[in-house]
Amino acid sequence: MIGKPGIFVLLIALAAGSSSLLAQSLNSGLRGPTPLNEEGPAPPMTPMRNTSEKEVRNYPEQPPVIPHSIEGYQIDMNGNKCLSCHARARTGETQAPMVSITHFMDRDGQFLASVSPRRFFCTSCHVPQNVVKAPITNDFVDVDTLVSRAAPGGRR
Amino acid sequence: MSAVDPAAPRRSWLARLWSFIVELWDVLRRPSSVFGLGVLVFAGFVAGIIFWGGFNTALEITNTEKFCTGCHEMRDNVFAELKSTVHFTNRSGVRASCPDCHVPHNWTDKIARKMQASKEVWGHLFGTIDTPEKFRDHRLELALREWARLKANDSLECRNCHSSESMDITKQSPRASVAHQRFLFTGDKTCIDCHKGIAHHLPDMKGVPGWQ
Repeated sequence: MIGKPGIFVLLIALAAGSSSLLAQSLNSGLRGPTPLNEEGPAPPMTPMRNTSEKEVRNYPEQPPVIPHSIEGYQIDMNGNKCLSCHARARTGETQAPMVSITHFMDRDGQFLASVSPRRFFCTSCHVPQNVVKAPITNDFVDVDTLVSRAAPGGRR
Repeated sequence: MSAVDPAAPRRSWLARLWSFIVELWDVLRRPSSVFGLGVLVFAGFVAGIIFWGGFNTALEITNTEKFCTGCHEMRDNVFAELKSTVHFTNRSGVRASCPDCHVPHNWTDKIARKMQASKEVWGHLFGTIDTPEKFRDHRLELALREWARLKANDSLECRNCHSSESMDITKQSPRASVAHQRFLFTGDKTCIDCHKGIAHHLPDMKGVPGWQ
């Protein structure tokens, strides 16, 4: 059993702890100075990266990002604007990269004549990029860097 | 003109109309015995201004966004779709409203298009596209007609604002710059060949050249 002075000390410790928790947790660096329970002003919209230059993939399986603006591009049951350049038959005229052959395969592993319905909605995986300054740093390293770091001077 | 004989049988309205037309023609073909030639010429001049001005004013009223969106077929379908596009709101505040793209600006072509549009009045009165389902069913037909019109006049309504002469390709994205040099400047294609569905949603594009 703890005595009266013990309970008093415990209460003070709890109060101090909770007040410091309250003070530090109600805002976050990503959101700026606005407390979490309030809605701050919307950040300004940033322009889309529109260079049309391929970007390096961070890992081989990464869906390539879209290096151009796709504002107003319709992708629905009526049509797919992306495919009017990236479809196999259209690439000669447009010089756009062809949709990967993996996208022609249906769920049973059968290759179809054109893009499989499950791969029809391009923006499920491929996204355009906006010109923004990243709010937090990222220490991601690609696999080449990782392998060479693991075995210095060794086989890459 | 004889006095109406109450004993005579009542004539049909067609016969009465015909006799009125004959009587009017008799008056019109006789030279005036009351007004001077100068008065007649001046009155004709003034009447000409009033009628011609009135005709053109009425024509211009049918050429406004407000008039076009007066019908729910336009307001709820195509106008609603236009609102999210760059031709409705943009950074410089220029708006292309319905007639800017869909009615030729040249007078003769405008009258020709307005006469075609009488068919659209028929469609409105008889509810050809008065539900979203009916509109969807007719959407490809309507779009094909507009695409054919723009293809035939070399996208004239686009070029009323956008001309290849005043286009600065160095200000365009590399992709747009290359495409315009290869296809537009060579006369290989016209605007509508590539820029379909920029102001409205697309219909089912199956079978449309260049689409999947």
